[in-house]
Amino acid sequence: MSEHFVARAPALAYRMIGGETIIMVAGDATLFSLDEVASFIWQRADGRTPLRSIVEAICEEYDVAPAVARHDAEEFVASLAGRGLLVIRSHGAGEEDRKVMGKP
Amino acid sequence: MRLMEELKSKALSLGVPLSAHLDVTYRCNERCDHCYLDHDDKGELTTPEIFALLEQMAEAGVLFLTLSGGEPLVRRDIFDIIARARELTFNVKLKTNAVMIREEQAKRLKALGVDGIQISVYSHRSEVHDAITRLPGSLKRTLAAIRFLRSQGLKVMIANVLMRDNLQDGVEVQRLAGELDAKYTLDPTITPMMNGDTSVLRLRIDSLDLAQVFRTPELVGNVEEFCAPPEPADEDAMDSFPCGAGHTSCYISPYGEVYPCVQFPLPCGNVRREKFIDIWKNSAEMNEVRSIRLRDLPTCSTCAHGGTCTRCPGLAYMEGNMRGPSSADCERSFVRTGIMTAGMRAKQTRAMPGLVQIVAAPVMSASGAV
Repeated sequence: MSEHFVARAPALAYRMIGGETIIMVAGDATLFSLDEVASFIWQRADGRTPLRSIVEAICEEYDVAPAVARHDAEEFVASLAGRGLLVIRSHGAGEEDRKVMGKP
Repeated sequence: MRLMEELKSKALSLGVPLSAHLDVTYRCNERCDHCYLDHDDKGELTTPEIFALLEQMAEAGVLFLTLSGGEPLVRRDIFDIIARARELTFNVKLKTNAVMIREEQAKRLKALGVDGIQISVYSHRSEVHDAITRLPGSLKRTLAAIRFLRSQGLKVMIANVLMRDNLQDGVEVQRLAGELDAKYTLDPTITPMMNGDTSVLRLRIDSLDLAQVFRTPELVGNVEEFCAPPEPADEDAMDSFPCGAGHTSCYISPYGEVYPCVQFPLPCGNVRREKFIDIWKNSAEMNEVRSIRLRDLPTCSTCAHGGTCTRCPGLAYMEGNMRGPSSADCERSFVRTGIMTAGMRAKQTRAMPGLVQIVAAPVMSASGAV
């Protein structure tokens, strides 16, 4: 399975309020609300942490089987990517920049 | 919309300041007749101070941030402030006269992810708009800016403050907003200056003209509904508070003073001396504001309009009593429905001590009631 990285889309406003993450898209009056586990993934969706590591962190934090956690996380990430809230990449943030700049 | 209501309700129960309005300056390149501000710089928050404040507000839970002034774009660091606010993932709205916005600025605002821009337009006629702003050419520049912003796909709201000099232009400004693919909001509120000077109130439109505005379907929608007789306040309404000021929202001046609202100049603390969250949570003034319910208002709790009135506690405060009626809102309720408010009756009684009170016949009534 290839490595995936997830990043929050840039034009979003969001805040953690009372254990939930509230997300708003600029120019769009739509609000999204993420529960505790979804917020756990959202906070780690920094474009540098592989989704695999996020799933491992979920398994450490919550009582859930790895296969179930992976399936649910992938489904959640795909759902948010479909709404333009998350971006899925096959390389981590900064890797492309380093290549462009000729850095190791 | 349901989620927004849930969010507000949650913020209220958790004591979270969901929205904040930050004026980054009182300086302005226009000199509008009705403006309530003193435009001299009396020691604005510096860039690092604003950055620190933004961090504190983000930590406190503020999501919706309105940046305004004065004219916010007169600050040379305004784009740095917006950029920092967006890094901290605020939903940012900007209130501006837009005369300093050209294509480049519109592109920067779009790139920074600003959610919307509210722009004051007083008239579709240059001679009227420019006379109010006292800046020649301002309407032309403002309209050009709106086109630049819209071409970037940014949301624009045209705010049309109605006063004596532009009273006839509301419908045309609304039409202009439609042409520019911008939203339109009408506001007939002229507020006293923050220093208490009430001379600007002479610009308020009078009751008969206000009645005409309230009966213009283009401006208010369904006139019959808008001007319907009030519903009496039930128990839920008696336990309600008038707006989010001090409950889920607050205002911060360019000098770091925190108030419940931009229209409620009750000083609650200063972020130069205290943390934002400490002022929000512990200020005696803020806690007093948030303790007040309709049933605690000696006059308004007895008013027929209690359940539907848009009473502004800040305007009431500026009239001398935050628990009292706001005469501007009393007037609106009366003009809308033809039914006198408790505040108006109380004033009438005070004005005629010892006389038999004669209740004046209403000037007009939309429904024929009373």
